[in-house]
Amino acid sequence: MSDGNTGPRLQRVADLDRQLIEISIDGWQLSAMEGDTILVAMLTQRGLLRQKQEVEPAGAGFCLMGACQDCWVWLEDGRRIRACSTYVEAGLRIRTTWPSSLLES
Amino acid sequence: MAQQPPRILIVGAGPAGLRAAELLVAAGCAPILVDEAPRIGGQIYRQPPRVPGFSRAAKELYGSSAERAKDLFVAFDRIRHRIDYRPQSLVYDLIDNRAFIATAGKTSQLEFDALILATGAMDRIVPAPGWTLPGVYSLGGAQIALKHQGCTIGAKVAFVGVGPLLLLTAYQYARAGVTPAAIVLPSRRGALIGAGLPLLGHPSAAARGLRWLLGLRRRGVPILFDHRLERVAGEESVTGIVVKGSGAARKIACDAVALGYGLQSETQLADLAGARFAFDAAQRQWLPLTDGFGRAAGREHLYIAGDGNGILGADAAEARGRLAALALLADSGLEAPGYRPGPDLVAVARWTRLQANLRRAFALPVDLFTALPDDTLLCRCEGVPVGAYRGIAGIMGARELNRAKSYSRVGMGRCQGRLCGHAAAEVLAGTLGVSLDSVGRLRCQPPVKPVTVATIAERQI
Amino acid sequence: MSAPAAPPAMSTRATVKCDVLIVGAGIAGCATALMLTRRGKSVTLLERDQAGTRASAVNFGGVRQNGRDLRELPLAMRAREMWDHLPELIGLDGEFRATGNLRLASDEAREVQLAEFHQKAGALGLQLEMLDRPQLKARYPWLSDKPRLGVLCPSDGHANPRLVAPAFAGAAQEAGANLIEHAEVTEGWYSSGEFQLRVADGRTFAAPVLVNCAGAWAGKIAGWFDEPVTLVPEIPQVQVTEPLPYRIRPVLGFVGGDFYLRQTLRGSILFGSGQGRATADATRSRPLPETMRRGMEIAIDFIPGLAQVPVIRSWTGVDGDTVDGVCVLGQSETHPGLFHAFGFNGHGFLLGPAVGAVLRELICDGKTPTEIDELGIGRFRTPTTGSTSEQSNSLPPLRGKDAEA
Ligand SMILES: Cc1cc2nc3c(=O)[nH]c(=O)nc-3n(C[C@H](O)[C@H](O)[C@H](O)COP(=O)(O)OP(=O)(O)OC[C@H]3O[C@@H](n4cnc5c(N)ncnc54)[C@H](O)[C@@H]3O)c2cc1C
Ligand code: FES
Repeated sequence: MSDGNTGPRLQRVADLDRQLIEISIDGWQLSAMEGDTILVAMLTQRGLLRQKQEVEPAGAGFCLMGACQDCWVWLEDGRRIRACSTYVEAGLRIRTTWPSSLLES
Repeated sequence: MAQQPPRILIVGAGPAGLRAAELLVAAGCAPILVDEAPRIGGQIYRQPPRVPGFSRAAKELYGSSAERAKDLFVAFDRIRHRIDYRPQSLVYDLIDNRAFIATAGKTSQLEFDALILATGAMDRIVPAPGWTLPGVYSLGGAQIALKHQGCTIGAKVAFVGVGPLLLLTAYQYARAGVTPAAIVLPSRRGALIGAGLPLLGHPSAAARGLRWLLGLRRRGVPILFDHRLERVAGEESVTGIVVKGSGAARKIACDAVALGYGLQSETQLADLAGARFAFDAAQRQWLPLTDGFGRAAGREHLYIAGDGNGILGADAAEARGRLAALALLADSGLEAPGYRPGPDLVAVARWTRLQANLRRAFALPVDLFTALPDDTLLCRCEGVPVGAYRGIAGIMGARELNRAKSYSRVGMGRCQGRLCGHAAAEVLAGTLGVSLDSVGRLRCQPPVKPVTVATIAERQI
Repeated sequence: MSAPAAPPAMSTRATVKCDVLIVGAGIAGCATALMLTRRGKSVTLLERDQAGTRASAVNFGGVRQNGRDLRELPLAMRAREMWDHLPELIGLDGEFRATGNLRLASDEAREVQLAEFHQKAGALGLQLEMLDRPQLKARYPWLSDKPRLGVLCPSDGHANPRLVAPAFAGAAQEAGANLIEHAEVTEGWYSSGEFQLRVADGRTFAAPVLVNCAGAWAGKIAGWFDEPVTLVPEIPQVQVTEPLPYRIRPVLGFVGGDFYLRQTLRGSILFGSGQGRATADATRSRPLPETMRRGMEIAIDFIPGLAQVPVIRSWTGVDGDTVDGVCVLGQSETHPGLFHAFGFNGHGFLLGPAVGAVLRELICDGKTPTEIDELGIGRFRTPTTGSTSEQSNSLPPLRGKDAEA
């Protein structure tokens, strides 16, 4: 995976016996566990929620309780979602960069 | 009023909100209970998702508070069918007697006659160089990862800050098999013990604290009293922390940091609702002004319960939830059958004393803020360093937080000052050499948290 | 309302005297103070709250000539020139960028209005460019198909009012103006050849020249001198999104549609539509949820890409509206030495510097080269039957109510 993205960040230590579901991040297929927040699904496999981009630095969330707003990610369908307070669903397609098409088409 | 029960909105389904709901139901009311989280319990009794495979027992999740948690869940199950419970719903604006609520991308509007705000608290953050590196999390976040998701924020976690939650979370991490890299507190050990002595008047609290400390010691976790976090090390991710006590600075390797300097009340909705605020010198925060039951000054039929009205902890929050409900019922000409507030009032008084002792034990050194290097980020949303903020202090009337925000952008970003607000107030007051209360408080602007354009417009895209 | 003949004086403190008294330290009052002090006048500036914190600091930040009522256009064009020299004036550029202002029409009636403005303002020397739908789409791909016609004024743009307004106050002070904050003027009268003002704490001030720049609250002050003007509070409400990469360069305005939008250099998109709510004395205001919702709907209609962008906060401020949609600027008709500059109808931010320059000329030289005849307070003197704009030979205002720029 990409740049500055230093491998898994969060460690699973309990409740490991859950159903696996498929999601994708920037087009990469991977599996998450049912009941994961998007933040957990992402950060148990990679280092970042968001890559460094035009208006903000790279990020991996901070408060995990919906206060800091540092964990918003984009979905491929255009939705903007707070990763620490949204659960994964099978087939969820996440992106870690701003969809530049947003203000270009 | 006696015929038609009042329409009551409770914001927050933690201990305070739930106990308020319970008493209101007993009095024949059918409150609406709204919470952003998917399940009840609030921050402290945060529950894992209702999904097969989350198998930890209450004891494992909530430790010595397991019984209280279970009690609360049972109480909720009992009233569930009598209330209108709306999980995953954010109250993003309040005006007059109307609330605007976003639920899964949809907005609804609710009218109420009385409002109980039980919005709780979050970590108080003191910035340090490098605190915005990926891998640094709030202490509360570190705990939620564990309770809610069965995860830790890293494999080798340093815990930095003050307060009982710091020791508790570190202890929980250790028990989960992720032994903390270090615990770093600016408090002096002597002061801690000296000031902690009055805690012996609260044997259970003192015993718990001692158990956590000993448990950590036994696992060989370094507990560094009287140490400051100099900086978080790392280029693109945390690789360690540099700490300094009386001797030379030293580096401790870790891959994550949990940061938390006590708690601060979440008061944005109270502000929008029109509550009057007063400075609380002990908590060093502007808080809604209320009577002993949580009745707000400045606005009728508004009640504030739990940690959103000053930090007293979860047990006190249950009592304060009931007291607020009682005040609401009394003001609406209704009775609370079988409820006598005496014991709850006594309990709140006791928790108030305990909290004062804890504050003394874990007092924040004042120079924590004055010593911050200029290039430390103060506002992570807007990327404003401490030095830039110091630079505008006092210029053209910037002796007050909202004016300083207007010049510097500190507090203007996505979090609306939740993370930077306290530190900004301390830095501004410190730079100007004035008291913390004199720089005022950041005013809240709706929406209290980000809501998408489509949600507010009620457009499905 | 009439001017009290004699002061009910009892203040023990001596009256403060100066050449010019100015009420109101918004951008209009501060720019005037700055210009006059630089011309050697001694100026005292009285402000109820803090300088540069009201409309002047919390507006939308549009710097717009485009779509101006033609009666105000000469003043606006002069002001716009001055914005290029902000650093010399106040020591900073206030984040002013000439990114253009694009006014859009989405139906035929408005197309006609736009085209008419294009022609008449063009004749007055304003550089404008007309863009049809394909041209709009090509240049601004984020626009929906709704707009049918656009008029771009390339020299317009936007600035950061939070910096500009206080900087005017700071520059005026540095130049020697005596700024007195937390001094609400509660009484005013004319006696022994001087204007006398009393503030809430009892202090009194006197000068042969008085300038009324009291914003939304100025009508009352005019009334003390026998020329009352009714101002309706205008409470524009602005929403702010999280920062996005900087793509929307021009400031957008919609003819008659009461919607305006711009992207800040930081990346946040600011947009507004409709009014918030103010207290009866108009000193406090707050956003209204209905207004917010309406703003969101229009935003999506015109820029569909905004649908999924989070809004992070909102704000309001209070300006004063006159009945005929243009400001009051010029000499009193009842008291020589009294000057008015108020009633900016939600678009006085751009005008600020020129208001200062014109008042300096009127006060120091007795005349100004800028065409302001139709802005005089006299138009409100006698209750007339027809509307004022009918009597003037300019275009009626091109809009319902819009606060942008
Ligand atoms: C939300 C909003 C958006 C806007 N958008 C734009 C825009 O994009 N572009 C644009 O050009 N314009 C815009 N405007 C309008 C513009 O801000 C105003 O027209 C302009 O700032 C008016 O300047 P002022 O100095 O008259 O008013 P203010 O800045 O309101 O100053 C008047 C001052 O007088 C003081 N005062 C009043 N009464 C007394 C008294 N009795 N004693 C002492 N002091 C007194 C007040 O406290 C205040 O500080 C907007 C306005 C608002 C509110
Ligand atoms: S991590 Fe703070 S809001 Fe999600």
